Amino acid sequence: MKVAITSTGNTPESLLDSRFGRCAYFVIYDTQSKSTEYIPNPNKDSLEGAGPASIQLVASKGVEKVISGEFGAKVKSVFDRLQIQLIVIKDQEKTIKEILDLL
Amino acid sequence: MKITIASGKGGTGKTFVSTNLFFAIQQEGTPVTLIDCDAEEPNVMEFFSGIRTEQYPIIQKVPVIHDDLCTYCDKCREYCNYNAIICLPQAKHIQVLEDLCHDCGACLAACQYNAITEKEKTLGHVSVYSLSSGASVVEGRLSIGVYSPIPVIKGAMHYPHQEENTLFDAPPGISCPFIATADKADYVVLVTEPTPFGLNDLKLSVQTLDTLQKSYGVVINRSGLGDNSIYEWLEEKGIPILAEIPFDKEIARVYSEGRLIAEVNPGYRYFFSNLYQKIQNHAGNCSSQR
Ligand code: SF4
Ligand code: SF4
Repeated sequence: MKVAITSTGNTPESLLDSRFGRCAYFVIYDTQSKSTEYIPNPNKDSLEGAGPASIQLVASKGVEKVISGEFGAKVKSVFDRLQIQLIVIKDQEKTIKEILDLL
Repeated sequence: MKITIASGKGGTGKTFVSTNLFFAIQQEGTPVTLIDCDAEEPNVMEFFSGIRTEQYPIIQKVPVIHDDLCTYCDKCREYCNYNAIICLPQAKHIQVLEDLCHDCGACLAACQYNAITEKEKTLGHVSVYSLSSGASVVEGRLSIGVYSPIPVIKGAMHYPHQEENTLFDAPPGISCPFIATADKADYVVLVTEPTPFGLNDLKLSVQTLDTLQKSYGVVINRSGLGDNSIYEWLEEKGIPILAEIPFDKEIARVYSEGRLIAEVNPGYRYFFSNLYQKIQNHAGNCSSQR
């Protein structure tokens, strides 16, 4: 299964990014192959529609779960329709590595 | 002349100024229209009684994608510059996010499978009220659940039968709705309070207006309440103070009763006529400098 995590940077030591649509990077983690991919978020500075464009990006990677600090109502409803599970982590100090260890 | 009355945040007295100014201008015998551009929370008509003479909807077309014809080729999404389409071929999922759609028609042109048609969506209404004085108040009101107020604001601002002299009561803030309202004005009146918060908001509004190259002046509401920092800053920037409205219990009482102080108290009528005079003088000076 693939999981997307919003990250502030492109290393395992980077902290979780609390924003979904405008996060700095997406980490795509494959629980089977244990591989990670860091994708810079091209929608970071979009004026409008950063949320949907980011959904498009992570969903096209085939993820089944998305982990972030928060999701807007519209973003949530689209993910619901796609049957992608959302996990909210409120602890802003968590690193990507710590989150990966929990999976 | 088109004058926009604005404030960086709500509750600083913007509508107080626009409604009283509107009244004072009429009293001088000058035909004038007041347009409430705060489409998310219009409140100008709380201060007037009049009959609604016109109402028309502001309509936008939005695309409808028919799943049965769609091949999930993804072309419409690639053509959309506003991230308003989500298309996931593997999941056989396609969706238009109506809130983000700008009605540009690109997706319709892109689709080679006739899978896209259009429907009409009502964004809000423009209402026109005729007051007993003969003047009109125009109100833009956004429908519930609509994301962007801009089309409704523009619809109200373009009301075809407005007088030469029009006041625009701007939406609060400094983002797109405010910019849309300021952009069409010959002159912008910024209403603020002499507090650190007021100054902070004022600086942001001024920055935006400078970018738009607008002429503007400031009305200080509830003067005598806060501190001096706003006066020092205005002096330093050379921004004119058009009027100072003292903190006055009578103003607060009359306003809360939904009435106009310029109507109740002749002193204030004179005060707002004066403000109009200053705006005209100042706007005249600015345009002759260009
Ligand atoms: S009409 Fe334009 S903005 Fe709206 S969905 Fe189609 S391409 Fe996007
Ligand atoms: S362009 Fe037409 S066929 Fe292709 S994904 Fe869009 S709606 Fe479907």
